[in-house]
Amino acid sequence: MSERVLNILITSFPRILGQGLLVTIPLTVISFALALIIAVICAMVQIADVKGLKQIVRFYIWIIRGTPLLVQLYLVYFGLPDLGVALPAFPCAVAVFALNEGAYCAETVRAAIEAVPRGQMEAGYCVGMSYIQIMRRIVLPQAFRTAFPPLSNSLISMVKDTSLAANITVTEMFMTTQRVAGRTYEHLALYAEVALIYLIFCTVITWLQRLGEKKLNAMNGGNVIRA
Amino acid sequence: MLEVKGLRKSFGGSEILKGVDLSIGKGDVLAVLGPSGGGKTTLLRCLNFLERADAGTMTFLDRTMDMPGSGKKDIAAYRRHTAFVFQSFNLFANKTALQNVTEGLIVARKMARAEAEARAMAALERVGLADKRDAYPSQLSGGQQQRVAIARAVAGEPDIIFFDEPTSALDPELIGGVLDVIRALAEDGMTMIVVTHEVNFARNVSTRVLFMDGGKALAEEPTAAFFQEQKLERIQSFLRSLDRKEGEL
Ligand SMILES: Nc1ncnc2c1ncn2[C@@H]1O[C@H](COP(=O)(O)OP(=O)(O)OP(=O)(O)O)[C@@H](O)[C@H]1O
Ligand SMILES: [Mg+2]
Repeated sequence: MSERVLNILITSFPRILGQGLLVTIPLTVISFALALIIAVICAMVQIADVKGLKQIVRFYIWIIRGTPLLVQLYLVYFGLPDLGVALPAFPCAVAVFALNEGAYCAETVRAAIEAVPRGQMEAGYCVGMSYIQIMRRIVLPQAFRTAFPPLSNSLISMVKDTSLAANITVTEMFMTTQRVAGRTYEHLALYAEVALIYLIFCTVITWLQRLGEKKLNAMNGGNVIRA
Repeated sequence: MLEVKGLRKSFGGSEILKGVDLSIGKGDVLAVLGPSGGGKTTLLRCLNFLERADAGTMTFLDRTMDMPGSGKKDIAAYRRHTAFVFQSFNLFANKTALQNVTEGLIVARKMARAEAEARAMAALERVGLADKRDAYPSQLSGGQQQRVAIARAVAGEPDIIFFDEPTSALDPELIGGVLDVIRALAEDGMTMIVVTHEVNFARNVSTRVLFMDGGKALAEEPTAAFFQEQKLERIQSFLRSLDRKEGEL
């Protein structure tokens, strides 16, 4: 490797990583938190069979899962201004990522809630608890344990998908890399570098996932997933 | 104390309960016997509104309710006086033994934590599991889980407890311990309805027997009369078949 390339890599590294910490990570964390809220609400609406709302939720999930994320980003960022709704790039990306991931996570959460044995709900009723109380204190915590690995998976996907936000002018890690590469023409080295940073981020999440699973297991006396 | 008249329940067109009457006084232990599929579980579930009856009236502590029409509030109030013990225990998997018992007291009855825990410990002591207070259900044997479930039932100080085959899911060597706990409750004067296949338990502990077959109560009478002066051929042959099974063991 020439000294020039090495120099470019060394000077660009803190810049790219910095954008990662300042933009990619916040974008991921905020979007994913909102996605989880959307997911739990959508899952509950479907499970509690709320008339009318349930159809809206199914429709929303159908639209989101049936169209590409990139197209959704373009629709909202470049399309909505035609209707007079012009959002700045970052909030726009947050909205699209949250709505997109929310639809997928809704199915994960719904499946996890449905996997909690019916008897848990019935036992709750028999000690006098209400539907909401049982959901919050008994069913959702158990469902969360089941949903935790697939949700971690979604989070990992999302870290990488945020690179699509470069297309709507959000200067996250990938766009920063593109700029440096455009100026220096060191494509191979720079894209390898940003790939490595994504890999580091995802490795940290995987590691946090293991930690989280251990903690959740301890809180449930070893294994919760039983018939 | 609890009287039910004309209880009917269908699942998808087939009638499972075809007009069942029963009545139980304070301190009675009603054993529900009968062949598999006779509707015993369905009866018990209807009695605690886990299943909504299609027809029937219930009089409980001098209040009469129309079973299909009763509202959420009435059911919630009724459930504060009753408890249910399931065949498959149904302990809250994410709660310790102690929390399983306190959960309903604290959350549903708004009892102060300290008071709830004191009461829960007394209940766990009663079933001999005070030392397992911090164990999760997955760390307990089936018999221990069922005894915690009974402690959970007792802690609410119900007027009546429903048991649905409390020992059917247990290994043979664990059955005795659970039956002993239920027997002790009976001796303390607890009113109970117990669906069971343990005929000896029914004979020795219950005060009355209800025999269910094909969705009907073929007999509802004092235990002594049921076992000693049984006139119905259907019931005699059921009891004989059980004797045979026990003989084989
Ligand atoms: N939720 C349900 N949906 C449809 N059919 C049901 C349902 N619950 C029970 N049944 C039917 O009702 C009948 C009576 O069932 P039930 O469980 O009450 O019998 P049981 O007397 O408790 O039998 P066992 O001794 O085997 O426990 C059975 O034929 C069963 O298939
Ligand atoms: Mg049954």
